[in-house]
Formats: sequence, C-alpha cells, structure tokens
Amino acid sequence: MSLALEARHLGHRFGTVVALDDVSFVVPAGTVAAIVGESGSGKTTVLRCFNRLVTPDTGDVRIGGAGVGSEAIDALRRRIGFVPQTGGLLPHWSVRRNVMLVPRLTHMANGDDAAREALRLVGLPDETFGDRLPRDLSGGQRQRAALARALAAQQEVVLLDEPFGALDAISRAEIHGVFETVRAARGFTALLVTHDLAEAARLADLVVVMRAGRVEQAAPFATLRDTPATPYVAALVARARDGARAMEPA
Amino acid sequence: MGVLVGVVVAMLLAAAPPAAAQRPRDVIIASKPFGESYLLAEMFAQLLERRGIGVDRRLGLGATEVAFGALQRDAIDVYPEYTGTGLLAILRDSLTDAMRRDPRLTFAHVAAAFDARYGVRWLPPLGFQNGYAIAVRRETAQRFALRTLSDLTSHPGQVTGGFTADFLGRPDGAPGLARAYGLRWRDVRPLAPAVKYTALASGAVDIIDGYSTDGLLSKYDLVTLEDDLHFFPPYEAAALVSARLARDRPDAVAELTRLSGRLTERLMRDANRRVEVEQVAVGVVAGALLDTIGLGTPQRTANTTVARASFAEYLWNQRRTITALTARHLALVVMALAAAILVAVPLGLALERAPRTAERVLGALGVIQTVPSIALLAFMIPLLGIGTTPALVALWLYALFPIARSTYTGVRTADADAVAACEAMGASPVQRLWWVRMPLAMPTIFIGIRTSAVITVGAATLAAFIGAGGLGDPIVAGLALADTRMVLSGALPAAALALVVDRGLAVCEYLATPRYLRRTTR
Repeated sequence: MSLALEARHLGHRFGTVVALDDVSFVVPAGTVAAIVGESGSGKTTVLRCFNRLVTPDTGDVRIGGAGVGSEAIDALRRRIGFVPQTGGLLPHWSVRRNVMLVPRLTHMANGDDAAREALRLVGLPDETFGDRLPRDLSGGQRQRAALARALAAQQEVVLLDEPFGALDAISRAEIHGVFETVRAARGFTALLVTHDLAEAARLADLVVVMRAGRVEQAAPFATLRDTPATPYVAALVARARDGARAMEPA
Repeated sequence: MGVLVGVVVAMLLAAAPPAAAQRPRDVIIASKPFGESYLLAEMFAQLLERRGIGVDRRLGLGATEVAFGALQRDAIDVYPEYTGTGLLAILRDSLTDAMRRDPRLTFAHVAAAFDARYGVRWLPPLGFQNGYAIAVRRETAQRFALRTLSDLTSHPGQVTGGFTADFLGRPDGAPGLARAYGLRWRDVRPLAPAVKYTALASGAVDIIDGYSTDGLLSKYDLVTLEDDLHFFPPYEAAALVSARLARDRPDAVAELTRLSGRLTERLMRDANRRVEVEQVAVGVVAGALLDTIGLGTPQRTANTTVARASFAEYLWNQRRTITALTARHLALVVMALAAAILVAVPLGLALERAPRTAERVLGALGVIQTVPSIALLAFMIPLLGIGTTPALVALWLYALFPIARSTYTGVRTADADAVAACEAMGASPVQRLWWVRMPLAMPTIFIGIRTSAVITVGAATLAAFIGAGGLGDPIVAGLALADTRMVLSGALPAAALALVVDRGLAVCEYLATPRYLRRTTR
C-alpha cells in the first residue's frame, strides 16, 4: 500500500525572499524521490509543504490524489512518517517510547507490537535497545530509531529531511542499507531531502534538482548523468563523480 | 496535592487563635515595633485582663502607617501613640508657636482633628512625654556648662554630633534644630539607632538625638539639654482607640482611661531601662509598673528577678511558642508558595506562546519584586487590613516572579528539535507541552520554585509587621527590646525552615524530573 506524492506549481515567499517558484513534480506510489540542492535552494520548504509545516502561497500539494488541506492537520501528520536531520527523538523518553509516539497518538490497537516490529526492521532489537535513552545510542543508531518511529504506525508516506547528513561515512553506508531493507519491507512512498547527489543516486528512483527555489531537472539519476538539462545539473553530477572517485582506493 | 492542602489547612487551624464562641469579642491591642510601645501595649492588655476582659495581642506592627492604618480599619482596637507623631506624621499639620509652648494645645488639636477626620479617639494623655532628647555626656555638660540647647551657641564648632539618619533627614530634626538655635557642629556623623548610645559613651561623638524616656539615658548617666526655645513638638503618649471600640466597649475604654495621667517620664525611663538594659520580660515589667501606680492586683507577686537562663534553656522554655510560630510560618510559606505556583507556572506556559507580551508581563512582575517588603505590606493595609490575608497576598506577589520567569525560560529553551519532531508527527500543542516542554523544563522551573521558597521563608518574617504572626514575631520584638536571645529564637528556626523547605523541594524536583535529566542536576 502506498500513495503518490504530487507538487503542482508551488510558489512561496518568506517575506521578500522567494523560496519556491513554480515547483512541480510527481513521485509515483511506492517509489523514493530525492530532492537535491544547496542550502537555500528551497528543498526543505518543499518537503514541509507535504505535512503542512509550510502552506505554500500558491499551488497544490496532493497525497494519493487528495489535497493535503482536505484533512485535519494532526490526522494528516500522523499518517506521514517524518525523520528530521537531528533525529528529533525525545531525549527523556526511552527508545521504545519514542517509537511508540505515533501509535500512541493514533490509539493503535497493538502499538507495542508495531513498535517492536519497527525496531527489529531497523536493526535495533527491542530487548537490547528498547529501554535505552537516546543519549545512550550512537549517532547512526539514533537515526535508525528515528526511522523506526517514522514507520511504526504503518505510515504509507515517509518524509526525510537530510536524515543522514551528520553521520560519518561508515554509519552512513550502514544506514543506507537499513533504509533499503525497510523500504523493501514496507513499500512506502518516500521523499528524501539531501545535499548529497551520491546518496540520492543510491537511494532514490527519482532525483529532483533544485536551485534558488526552482526545479532544474526531475528525472532518474541515469538521465541526469547522461542528459543534464542545465549546466548546473551537469556540474553537480561531475562533482559527485569526483567525490566518489576520491573515495576509491588508488 | 490533596494531602498537602489538608496538611496546610490543619496547620493553619492549629496555629490560628481559637474562635471566640459567644462571649464578647476580644479587644485587639497592638503596638509599634519599639520597646516603649510594647511596654505600654502590654500594660493596656494586663489592665483589661485583670478586669476579665479578653485580649488579643498584635504587638510590633510595622510602624506608624501600619498601626494607624489597621486602627482606622478597625483591624485593631487600641495602640499607644504620641501627639507629635499624630500631628506631623498622620495629620501632616504644622505646629503653631502656641502648640510648641503648651502640650495641651497640641493634644486638643490632635484629638479634635482625629475625631473629625477618622472617627478615631485619643484617650487623655498617660502623663509623660517621649520627645526628642538631645543628650551629652555628663563630663561634656560640666566642661561647657551646658543645661539648655541655647547654651551650646557659646561653643560653636566644638562638639561632634552623632545623629540617626531619620533625625538628619527630617526638617524638624537636625537641620531645623541648627537653624532655630543657630548651632554649628565640629562634625556630624550619621549613626544607626542601635549604636548611638555606645558611640556617645565611648566619646566617638559628643551629642546625640535620643528619646526622653530611653532607658539608656540613665544607664550611661547622660544629660539631656532642655529645649528652651520649644523647637521640638510635644510627644505626649496616649492610648489611641478605634471608633468601633469606643462605640461597642465602653467598659474597656473606661478601664484604659484609668491609666491617664498616671505615668511619669521617670517611671517610664526606669521601666524602659529594665526592658532594654536588664532584659526583663516586657510582661513582667508592665505588671510591676501597674502595681507601682496602684492599678495592680494585690495577689500578684512583685518578685520578678529571675535568674538568667542559658540560651539553650531559654529555647527549651520557649519550645511550645517556637513550635507554634514555626508551624504558622510554614503554613504561610506553603500557602503563598502553592498559590504562586498555581498562578505563575500556567502564566509562564501561556507566555511561551506570546513572547512579545511575555517580556512586558515578566517586567511588571519584576517591578513588584523591587518594592521593599515593608512598603508592599503597608500598601496592603488599606485594601486588606492586617493579619493573614494581606501577608499571604504580599508573599504571593513576591513569589510569582522567579517562578513565572523560570517556567517561561524553561519551556522556551526545551529541546527545539524534539518539540518540532512531535509537531511534525501530529502531536497537539497540549501534548507537546505535557510530553516534551514541561518535563524538559522541570529543572529550570524548580530553580524558580526553590528560589521563591527561600525568599518566601525570609519575607514571611516581615509578616509580623502586619500582625500575621510567624517567626517574625520574636524577631521584631527582640530587635525592639534589644533582646538577642529573642531575635535568635525566631531567626534560627527561620533559617532551619529555609533549609528544610529547600531540601523538601529538592526531593519534589527529583521526583518531577525525567530520569534523563536527573544525573546532570544532582
């Protein structure tokens, strides 16, 4: 079960700053889209339109064909998983209780089981990690717990806001694997914001390149690489390739 | 919480005076916080008690504004006052030359004006004056041949004055005195009232402002210089009686009037000396003085010289009083603090949603904090009279600011990412508050609560000035009577209470704080 995500001609300003300028793309049900861009490109603003943390000045945001405004705001947010950059775990709650957050909000019948299952999926078995406090986890484990929290209530859509950006390379490679496992198990539709094109290439079916509030190109990574729509996209691809080469053994 | 409220109510009931059943209401007798005022009030009280009239003592009320304010509102029935104070400090009238020369004219003017303006009655004067007394050492008086203040003009710039701040500041004090007589001092030193006599006796200064019935005048064998130009207003002592007592209790008024004209300056100076220098209990000295002037009862033993007990014995003898005062003190603190928490915590939480308003509201609460406690208590009198209610309101006002400020700061600075994540996953504002902001703010909120608690324990000692009781009673009385043991019998339990309350709150804090934050706060 999954739902398509759709942005139609989104426009938004923060004061006099144009954050979004006619942004449109479609993420088919069950696929993963990555929004890539520099700081200030508007990528996080687009993401936040989907759970109504931002209401765009113009345009439509649709999930599964229905406008996001057609539903009570808390109900909408409870069926959309969310993984913020810092994890956003409640520091005074155990890992289990954190993962239980949304099941608890939605009065899910067997929330305990759902939380245990989510923790198992991300590789943090409840028996070992359930009672720990977030500060007793490593950075990578914390982000995995945050991921478990985003899907414990069987969410069909998951939004991820640069969730792996602050991790070291090894933890990041590890959590990429976890993400792919989880995705295969659950089949949700995901929108991932990242500044790392290599990460987007690995995890996403569709890459949306944004710059200064506009979409430069929205296509699978192979298309970006082979036929970049703009010099900016071409430069971005080249830089990612150099980065990847630098990582390889000589 | 319910248990706590129950305990507090029980403590208040235990500490409150028993309710008068069907017999006539007790006569409420008050005094201002200095020795002679205590002594006169105690004489009023014993005089009535010997006639079987019930008495409720509220001794040591703030000062003139507090005592007179209470009398005007019928919160007390009688207290000793002085005509000069009535004229200048209460009526704010000026003194005529005729009044300077004849104390009876001052009394007549004051009595008529009080009756007309406030409906308050002056009983006929007690028979002595306690006005300003400018005093020198006997040796100085002999060397310069001083008898009157005018004699000082022959020795300009040769004596050093040591005056209280009050006397230096008021126009009818040092400046007016120097002008009226044409005096010049060699030097003037401001002195605290408590040290002026020792400063004079030791030769640090040559002349001081005292009061004519001060017991220390005779202790140090000082000479008071006659005010031959009648610069100082007359300060005749008299009982000041509320309109209600004058109307409802002619028996009590008649009994009090029996004291009129019976006291002399010499008698009062001796009595004050016994209280302030020899530290005999006020009740004992007052009883002996009543006996001396023939208003006592024959069966009363005049043997009042009790061997001085050690401080430990003194505390042990006072244990019932101290326990009752401590319970009452604790009740005042707990009630004021609980009320402050109930208002300030929700206020701090509400302000978190309106940061603009927040600074203004917290600023206003901060201003309350800067009002001196005595002034705040005095402001309460016209609104709420004296006793427990105004004291609680004042303590409550003082306790608000630290709690509101810490709550506001605590919830504002709670982990922003955790709060944002909860919002993004559909937790309502109330859930975000209860699940995240409040628990994470607990240590900060408790900083405010514990600060307020300690402040309140201290400020509650001042509640004695408006007759609310508590450990301030022995502190105020002890200061007025120069009785260190009495001061300590209030101050030590108050200090202990501050520690106990703080530790108690530390336990509450531990229980209320999430496990995650405990390790860092303890």
